[in-house]
Amino acid sequence: MTGNHVKRRLAEDIFFKGMVCLFAFISLLPLFLILYYITKNGIAVIDWDFLTSLPRPIGEAGGGVFNAIVGTLMLIILSGVISIPCGIAAGIYLSENKAGKLASGIRLSVVVLQGTPSIVIGIIAYIWIVAPLKTFSALSGGIALSIMMLPVIVKTTEETLKLIPYHLKEASLALGVPYYRTILKVILPSGISGILTGILLSVARITGETAPLLFTAFGNQFMNINIFKPIDSLPYRIFYYAMSPYPEWHSFAWGASFILVVLTLVLNLIARGISVKWKTRF
Amino acid sequence: MENTVLKIENFSASFGDNRILKDINLTVPRNVVAALMGPSGCGKTTLIRCVNRMHELIPGATVSGRMTLIDEDIYAMQPIILRRKVGMVFQKPNPFPTMSIYENVIAGYKLNGIRIPKPELDNIVEQSLKKSALWDEVKDALHRKGTFLSGGQQQRLCIARALAMNPEIMLLDEPTSALDPKSTSQIEELFVELKKNVTMLLVTHNIAQAARVSDVTAFIYLGELIEFGPTEKMFTVPKDKRTEEYLTGKFG
Amino acid sequence: MSGTVSNTFQDDMDTQGKSIPGSTDRSEKRFRFILALCGSLIVLLLLAILVTLLVTALPSIKEFGLFFFIGKVWDATTETFGALPFLVGTLFTSFLALLISIPFSLAISIFLGEYFKEGAISGFLRSAVEILAGIPSVIYGLWGLFLLMPAVRFIEMKIGVAPHGVGILTSSLILSIMIIPFSASLGREVITLVPGDLKEAAYSLGATRFEVIKNIVIPYARSGLTAGILLALGRAIGETMAVTMLIGNSNFLPTGIFSPANTMASVIANEFAEATGVTAASLIYIALVLFFVTMIVNIAGTYVIHKLSIESSKEVS
Ligand SMILES: Nc1ncnc2c1ncn2[C@@H]1O[C@H](COP(=O)(O)OP(=O)(O)O)[C@@H](O)[C@H]1O
Ligand SMILES: [Mg+2]
Repeated sequence: MTGNHVKRRLAEDIFFKGMVCLFAFISLLPLFLILYYITKNGIAVIDWDFLTSLPRPIGEAGGGVFNAIVGTLMLIILSGVISIPCGIAAGIYLSENKAGKLASGIRLSVVVLQGTPSIVIGIIAYIWIVAPLKTFSALSGGIALSIMMLPVIVKTTEETLKLIPYHLKEASLALGVPYYRTILKVILPSGISGILTGILLSVARITGETAPLLFTAFGNQFMNINIFKPIDSLPYRIFYYAMSPYPEWHSFAWGASFILVVLTLVLNLIARGISVKWKTRF
Repeated sequence: MENTVLKIENFSASFGDNRILKDINLTVPRNVVAALMGPSGCGKTTLIRCVNRMHELIPGATVSGRMTLIDEDIYAMQPIILRRKVGMVFQKPNPFPTMSIYENVIAGYKLNGIRIPKPELDNIVEQSLKKSALWDEVKDALHRKGTFLSGGQQQRLCIARALAMNPEIMLLDEPTSALDPKSTSQIEELFVELKKNVTMLLVTHNIAQAARVSDVTAFIYLGELIEFGPTEKMFTVPKDKRTEEYLTGKFG
Repeated sequence: MSGTVSNTFQDDMDTQGKSIPGSTDRSEKRFRFILALCGSLIVLLLLAILVTLLVTALPSIKEFGLFFFIGKVWDATTETFGALPFLVGTLFTSFLALLISIPFSLAISIFLGEYFKEGAISGFLRSAVEILAGIPSVIYGLWGLFLLMPAVRFIEMKIGVAPHGVGILTSSLILSIMIIPFSASLGREVITLVPGDLKEAAYSLGATRFEVIKNIVIPYARSGLTAGILLALGRAIGETMAVTMLIGNSNFLPTGIFSPANTMASVIANEFAEATGVTAASLIYIALVLFFVTMIVNIAGTYVIHKLSIESSKEVS
């Protein structure tokens, strides 16, 4: 009787462990399938021409995504320029003011902004920039993406700086170094790896964002580097090609996806490398 | 006593409503090691942090009374100017982790944006490291990070960093309490050498250390200055009963 | 706002006996001001977003009011706008996705947090989950179009419903894959935090590992797991691209899990670019609702995490 009872419990134990392993590995299946599809279909279309030429109308063979690559890089730079300084400054503010009304207001706003759906941010950038300027533009896309980057940068900056020992700040202040120089020359450099990691991760995140670009940067089948004109981007190009009825464009979508995934993976890898290699030893 | 460096008169300090230091009067002459001793929590750290006005960085901290550094009212000076004239060494060694040994020594100049020609900087680094008896150990590794040094070496690097600014007085807050005995005695020997050039205010709760290195000693108990005088005299014939009890290990 | 800004100048504190002249250094004040300004900007940004949505949605709010939420018809030609189909579409897809994802994310959490805390397999699984989280939404959509959609269409043909391929089920499947990493990584963290002595106490009473997990680990980690699920729900509700590509863009009330539909996010993605007047205002009205819903879900999730970290820090001390 008790023997059976114990046997049943042990069987249950083994069964549960088996199920956990099974389910954990089933969830990897989609990842492998996605990576497999992207690689197989992507590599098939990627060549020098694909990387360096512009999209061509349907019917004409060849063509590429050069303008989309340039556009994505421009959007990254634009949004970085807008959000990085402000995000770092706000992060410093939070790490320097742990309590206080403004600090808790900022923390709450960061949480809400981070959770705001990207499509809503697209609408906002449309209303703020596209509607008054009466044209889709790289600028409006950059602003939409910078709103998405901002909370990530604020949060990682705050979390990084919070870990820096207080005695470093005191060491600097005791040398007669003014507060602002202490922050800029001692505290920030000590946290540089964490902050850079946060920036790269936020860039990786926005690089693949499509929804905020639908009514802002829009898309552009021509080359454009004017920030007041619509601009192409890899995610938008993927969307555009994927939703088209032409098989040739579908394969282009896979090619662009391959580039995009490699780009985000590389950004993630660099971020991880920086956080390990440049880590400040206290 | 002529040639006074630091003069503290009727000085009190508080954290909020909590009065930590009560009417301290103290005069530190030039070129001595002055020890501040007393049981843990009596206010030693608070007192020296008032000398370079680090105390006021804590929200709610207040002071009253007067302190003068070579006849200049400390609390009328710009804190950042004052702090360049007063060196501080902390309990735990705290070299700047992003800077090399070389940069750590001249951190006071670098961080304050004071521009000095390179040969002169080299000279300051060498002299400061020699004064802190670290030169021979690090002269071939000046461009390595300061955090790779041992604890004792790090603390001597921090002393060099303070010395590089040519301070009028050095505040040392239990500088050896985080170190092993060998590093401790190295640093104690260093003090004897250093006092030829600079006055030192040394906080310690180690009675033997005060006896070994200091010329004058102040005994603080519960925020009050109980006794102050030449070390030898105080250790042989303490005037106050509480000093005697402390020295004989009755408390603390 | 200025009141909160000025109380950050801590150095300028008053002192009882003698006032300590704060640093009169201009650049220091300017520096602290800039920090506070950038911080305030984030609050202002959020408020501006809120006000912008409210003001631009106003024509629609005035016209439809709360009936917006129960109106079943969305028709731009007659300018009748009811958002019920999209509310139902959103809730349907998100909760279905959540339901599908929970066993998997829980399995990953237990796998990484309990069975294999370290080692090669766990490192591999952890990186895989991270990569999964980093793949752009539009690529999930693309993949769904070429793999999930034919698969669902095949099933639909087998069981004899209209073979759209796209619709609620397809979107929920893709969403569930996309949200697994969110609840799994938080779940792993909280399961790792379960104190070892609690588990040992149970083992010493003769419990099996399964019994320890069921009776000690899961109950202890419950609020953290809940937070993970809430944050994943927030993601699912706001997710746009993959859903837009796979839900079938239908403005009618969904009738079952195979029916094409639209979520709040996907209807905006599909229609906003061409919308004007009341149509645009109504889409912004939807955006406003979306904004509030995700805000509440996210604040709730963050609140649970916050409470959790306070509790665990209490236990340490
Ligand atoms: N930041 C602070 N806030 C409030 N009280 C403090 C703070 N730092 C120290 N104190 C209190 O001041 C008293 C003296 O502390 P301290 O000067 O550090 O003593 P010592 O260095 O002699 O050990 C202690 O009772 C301590 O509790
Ligand atoms: Mg102390």
